[in-house]
Amino acid sequence: MLTSKEKEQIIRSSGADVTKCMRCGKCSGACPSYDEMEYHPHQFVYFVEKDQIEKLLNSPSIYKCLGCSVCSERCPRDVGPSKIVEAVLAMAVRRQDENHLKAENIPGMVEDDTPGQLLVSAFRKYKK
Amino acid sequence: MTFSYYPGCTLKTKAKELDAYARRSAEALGITLAELPDWQCCGGVYNNTKDEIATKLSSVRALISAKEQGNKLVTLCSACHNVIKRTKNEIETNDDMAFRVSNYMQCDARKDSDTEVVHFFELLRDTVGFDELKKKVVNPLTGRKIAAYYGCLLLRPGKVLQFDNPENPKIMEDFIRALGATPVIYPMRNECCGGYIAIESSEAARKNSAAIYESAEGFGADCMITACPLCRYNLIKAESTVPVVYFTELLAEALGVK
Ligand code: SF4
Ligand code: SF4
Repeated sequence: MLTSKEKEQIIRSSGADVTKCMRCGKCSGACPSYDEMEYHPHQFVYFVEKDQIEKLLNSPSIYKCLGCSVCSERCPRDVGPSKIVEAVLAMAVRRQDENHLKAENIPGMVEDDTPGQLLVSAFRKYKK
Repeated sequence: MTFSYYPGCTLKTKAKELDAYARRSAEALGITLAELPDWQCCGGVYNNTKDEIATKLSSVRALISAKEQGNKLVTLCSACHNVIKRTKNEIETNDDMAFRVSNYMQCDARKDSDTEVVHFFELLRDTVGFDELKKKVVNPLTGRKIAAYYGCLLLRPGKVLQFDNPENPKIMEDFIRALGATPVIYPMRNECCGGYIAIESSEAARKNSAAIYESAEGFGADCMITACPLCRYNLIKAESTVPVVYFTELLAEALGVK
């Protein structure tokens, strides 16, 4: 079966080796955003391996990852699910006009005590 | 002893206390923190993707600038520390990154940015030493039960950060002991506060943060310490029943320079 260019890009951009996954589910068991996500870290790994990238690209799950790296830290096979999640997120927001967070929406989201760190972090994740 | 110092944007605005108490404490400990000239924001989070280079260049500039001064680079905010240290590691371990950064910056990235990055906690542990710190304490925080909140960014990825054991760290507890207080060890101390998700899903962030302070409270903490402005913000927004302060505030108090 031919590998899609999307899968190639995810593998290249994440640097993760999805073939090492043994589907133990430890990553998802540790994920603090599990309840928020439609697809969980081990499914990101699985769907990339099976070349079903569109499913992930179109899922709100990509915006629910906290970037905490727990899934990768606790993965016994050093697969790095968080790298996969981020590579899919990056692919989604890099598409033209697909920024998930827009500057014009920011004023409605900030309060007096909102730290700059929160704004720059969200921009870095959700916007190209 | 002089170190270059990278404060980061939030320490200049919403987290001024984190910065101010660190400077005063460093002075009391005989350490000079020389703020880098013209530092730029680290961007708050490290982008895991290997083909994302431009947004990591502010960290490269900080590394190069400290190296030019002949200093190690001290960080204070957990996020800045994570981003700068991971950027340095990426240059060291990824040929493509080293090549592109060298081209862009017109430098030899591996050589010019191989600056040692030291978090303020590591400075206290490895340069000052917790035994020495203990001797310098004039107001021991005797009887206070303090919960160290590590969060994510100081610990993970463990292989790159090499801050402490990512699953069972002790550096912050050793720090608390050096100040004369009693550390409270609780299960959620290295879990995530919700991070930047708070921008569009404050409910989700609050759920994460609530689990953390409830855990600390359940184990008897009367105060929590952090090195991260976003952790502190998320905990406070989740209406933490345990007060959350920057670790440098306790340090300054114990050293009598608050
Ligand atoms: S990095 Fe994202 S996917 Fe991985 S455990 Fe954290 S929140 Fe879940
Ligand atoms: S923890 Fe690692 S090996 Fe286990 S399911 Fe997740 S990615 Fe696969």
